[in-house]
Amino acid sequence: MTLTAKDVSWGVGEAAIVKSISLEVREGEFLGLIGPNGSGKTSLMALLSGIRRPRSGEVILDGVPIGRLGRREVARHLAFVEQQAETAERITARQAVELGRTPYLGPLSPWSANDDAVVEATLANVDMAHLADRLWHTLSGGERQRLHIGRALAQQPKILLLDEPTNHLDIGHQIGLLDLVGRQGLTVVAALHDLNHAAMFCDRIAVMQGGRLAALGTPSEVLTAKRIREVFGIEAEVEIDIQGSCHVRFQAQGRKGGQSASMG
Amino acid sequence: MRPAVSSIGRTGAIPLALVVLVAALWLGAAIGETSIPFGVVAKTVANRLWSAGYALEPIDEGIVWSYRLSRAVVAACCGAALALSGVVLQSLLRNPLADPYILGISAGASTGAVSVAILGLGGGMMTLPMGAFLGALIAFALVSLLALKAGKGTAAIILAGVAASQLFNALTSFIVTKAATAEQARGIMFWLLGNLSGVRWPDAWLAIPAALTGLLVCLWHARSLDAFTFGAESAASLGISVRRTYVALVGVSAMMTAVMVSIVGSIGFVGLVIPHAARMLVGVRHSVLLPAAALIGAVFMILADILSRVLIPGQVLPIGVITALVGAPAFAFVLGQRRGRG
Repeated sequence: MTLTAKDVSWGVGEAAIVKSISLEVREGEFLGLIGPNGSGKTSLMALLSGIRRPRSGEVILDGVPIGRLGRREVARHLAFVEQQAETAERITARQAVELGRTPYLGPLSPWSANDDAVVEATLANVDMAHLADRLWHTLSGGERQRLHIGRALAQQPKILLLDEPTNHLDIGHQIGLLDLVGRQGLTVVAALHDLNHAAMFCDRIAVMQGGRLAALGTPSEVLTAKRIREVFGIEAEVEIDIQGSCHVRFQAQGRKGGQSASMG
Repeated sequence: MRPAVSSIGRTGAIPLALVVLVAALWLGAAIGETSIPFGVVAKTVANRLWSAGYALEPIDEGIVWSYRLSRAVVAACCGAALALSGVVLQSLLRNPLADPYILGISAGASTGAVSVAILGLGGGMMTLPMGAFLGALIAFALVSLLALKAGKGTAAIILAGVAASQLFNALTSFIVTKAATAEQARGIMFWLLGNLSGVRWPDAWLAIPAALTGLLVCLWHARSLDAFTFGAESAASLGISVRRTYVALVGVSAMMTAVMVSIVGSIGFVGLVIPHAARMLVGVRHSVLLPAAALIGAVFMILADILSRVLIPGQVLPIGVITALVGAPAFAFVLGQRRGRG
C-alpha cells in the first residue's frame, strides 16, 4: 500500500505552511520527517493522514485520492498518532487500545471475540498487558505513548503515521518506542526531532524547511554537516561508520569562538 | 469500545432501569399536598390505560392522572433530555463543565420562546418549541464563534457561554418588560425559573418523543462519542466523520433543550451534574453511560419536583430552585476535582 503526496499545499489565512510538497512513501519503509520547529512537519502529517484537506494538490492512498475515501475506509488502512493526545476521562489502558477498533464497529455491529483477540494481542505487542486495567492518569508518559501506538496498531493498518512520538520521553523510552514501531513491519512515516534517532531507525529521511521539502534520501545522503548547518543553523560533525550508518555530533556554539547561528 | 459487561449484566439492567423509572413515577403521582395511596394510583392508571373500571373518587383520579402523573412524566423526560445533552456536550467539547444551561443554550431557547410568545415572531407560523429551537441554535452558534475567537481551551467556551447567557437573559427581560402585559410578565418570570405547575398531558406528548428521539440519536452515536476521548483529531483518525457527528449531536442536544425549555423553562445544573454522577457509577463507555445518565436524570427530576411541591406547605417552589440548590454544590465539587487533577 502506497501513500503519495502530489504537489500538496496548505496554510492558515494568508500564511502558507506547507508549500507544494511531493513525496512518495514506499511500501514497508520507515520514513523520517525532520526539520526545525515551525517547518510544517505536523501540518504535513495531518495532510498525509487525510484529516486535513490540502488547499491544492492531493494525497493519494493506494491509487485513490484520500479525500474521496470515507473516513472509516481510511482508518482501516492508515493510523495516525498525533502529538500528545491527552484525556481527563477515567479510562483504562485496555479501553484506550479498544478505541482502535472503532473503524470496524458500527452502531449495529457489536463488539466481537475477534476484537477482543486483537486488543489482547496488541496490549502484549506494546508491552502493556500487565497494566491493562490501570487508569490512564496513573500511567507514565512512556506507557501512555505505548498505548497510543497500541490504539493505532489495533486499527490493523498498513501505514502508521506518527507525529513526534518520542516527545517528553527519556532516552530509554525513546529508543524503546522507535524500536517497537520499527518491529511492526508496517510502512511508517514519523516526524522526529532527534537526528541520530532518525539516522538509526529510518530507511529514508525527508527534511523540511520553511514548509518546503529541502531534501529526501537515505540518512547518509541527507544528514551532512552542510545541510544541518543550513536547515537547523547549528554546527555538527557527521561520521559514517563501517556499517554505513551515520552519527551526528553537535558542537556547542559557545566553544566555536562566538559563531552565532540563528535557530529556525 | 465494547459494551460493558457489568456485574448486573446488560439484559438485567434494562428491566431494572424500567422498574426504577416506574417506581419514581409512582412516587411522583402519590406524594403531594394530599397523599394518595399507591393502590389508588395503580387503579387510576389501570382505569385510564386499559379501562379497568375500578370505582375511585373522581377527585383523586383527577389529581393523579391530569395533574401529578402528567407532571411526573414531563419531569422525567426533561431530566433525561438535559442529562443526555450534558453527556453529549461534555464528551464532544471534552469539557467537564459543559451543559446546555452554562453554555447559554437554555437562555437562547428562552429568548426564542419569548420572542414567539410575546413578539409573535413568525406570525403564527412558529410554535413555542420551534422558536426555542431557533434560539438554542443561535445561542450555540454564537458561543462557538466567541470561543473560537477566544482560542481553544476549557475556559474559553465556558466564558463564552457565560457571556451568551447574560446577553440572552437580558434580551428576554427586555422583550418581557417592553411588550408583555403585567400578567404575562408574571407568568413568564415564573416560567423562566423552571416550573412544572402548568404542565398537562399535551406537554407530555411533546416531551416524550423529544426525549426518546434524543436518546436514540445519542445511542446511535455512542461509539463516535467514545472515539472523542482523545479529541476531535484522534476521533477523525479513528474513522469518525467529525463534522457530521458534531452536527447530529449538537443538533439533537439543542432540540431536546429547546423542547424542554419551551415546556418548563430553563432548568440549571441537571445537565451538568447528572452526567458526572452517571460516570462515577457506570464508567465512561457511552453505550452504558448515555442510558444511565438519562435514567438518573429522569429520576432526579421527578424527586426534585416532589420536593418542590412538599417543601413549603401550601406553596410550590419553582423546580429550578431545587435543582440549583442541589446542583450548585455539586458544580463546586466538580470544579474542585478538576483542580486536584492539575
